[in-house]
Amino acid sequence: MNGIHDMGGMQCFGPIAVEPPDSPPFHGEWERRMFALNFALGGLGLWTLDMARAEMEATPPDQYMLGDDYFRRWALRLERFALKFDLVKEDEFAAGCSLRPPREGLKPALAPDVVPELAAKGKSTARSVSQSALFKIGDVVRARDLNPEHHTRQPRYIRGRTGKIVGVYGAHVFPDTNSVGREDPQWLYAVSFSGRALWGPDADPTLEVVVDCWEPYLDAAG
Amino acid sequence: MTHDHRHHDHDHDHSHLSEVELRVRALETIFVEKGYVDPRTLDVIIDLYENKLGPRNGARVIAKAWADAGYREWLLKDGTAAIASLGYTGRQGEHITVVENTPDVHNVVVCTLCSCYPWPVLGLPPSWYKSAAYRSRVVIDPRGILSEFGLALPESTTVRVWDSTSEMRYLVLPRRPAATEGWSEEDLAALVNRDSMIGTREATPASEKPGELAHGH
Repeated sequence: MNGIHDMGGMQCFGPIAVEPPDSPPFHGEWERRMFALNFALGGLGLWTLDMARAEMEATPPDQYMLGDDYFRRWALRLERFALKFDLVKEDEFAAGCSLRPPREGLKPALAPDVVPELAAKGKSTARSVSQSALFKIGDVVRARDLNPEHHTRQPRYIRGRTGKIVGVYGAHVFPDTNSVGREDPQWLYAVSFSGRALWGPDADPTLEVVVDCWEPYLDAAG
Repeated sequence: MTHDHRHHDHDHDHSHLSEVELRVRALETIFVEKGYVDPRTLDVIIDLYENKLGPRNGARVIAKAWADAGYREWLLKDGTAAIASLGYTGRQGEHITVVENTPDVHNVVVCTLCSCYPWPVLGLPPSWYKSAAYRSRVVIDPRGILSEFGLALPESTTVRVWDSTSEMRYLVLPRRPAATEGWSEEDLAALVNRDSMIGTREATPASEKPGELAHGH
């Protein structure tokens, strides 16, 4: 979906709010709680990483940008997920407390002692596939001009642009389908685009942008 | 959706809380009451990501690469495995590629689409990394952004920006500061600031090495 989240190349957001290099990840107790709630609810296994990204991208643009507040976006998303997966009803949000029994058939709540192991283990997206890679390092490719209404990880700013394969990362879960529950793994590449290929003749001549692209995002070129 | 009636939330006076604080308070209250969340789990998650995972991990990786040529070679060839050998693995770092700064190439990492960041080695990202200003502009005007961090690169240096659109995470191996020959890995690690591993700064010069108190939080 061509959404507000796909920001690469926009120039309208002003200077960076630079912080010292030891600035903390959280700026208030509610951010800590929000991060942890998101982690813990993810433990119920109701949604995948790409479903969560797709849901974030469905945030109304005015809400997405309100205060450019990252963890507020997470709160809105978790509210929507809670409604969508029948964990909470609207009137309970209004009341600020539970008004009825929990949804049945869920996995038990994430236990405190499994958190470190869960975090340290992670969840690889690498998969074995029978088909071989279409491209190799050095190949010239053109990013397909795709504008799907579903979730994708192909940023707009590379569409139709020509680049070069600089990395082959094996096959990985394909976000476009994983966002609706099908892994359909595809070969993944690092593709290098020159600044001029992306931004025209006036671009910084020393700029290169490397974007990870799944095979269905690319065509052979040149 | 509107949540206009939070005043029923327990017996406390929450009038001092902001809209978003009330939202998060309601989420936690409801999830805990329904048994979807164990409150002790929340405390463990916060402690892990606030205190145990952080850029000191990445600094140890970088310092080792500076001190040990064999490790550096392994790190650049198979970042995931070389980093795992130091005990840093897992969520948001299942696959890590390390990119090396040289006199000719300066690397910068971004996630234009969300906020992807190598948690096992850097912890959670700083606010600016997640901001619209950074995500939008670093792929078109990285030198402009670097100048806002006080970093001016030679005109001939290639600026290579890595947009983390997949589950591959990127870690920058900054250049080793001058006048650090013979330093221990521990002393070298003190020069590896977080932003130098994202690419928006260089490693801290030897003359500005932070003292124990300055980086011991």
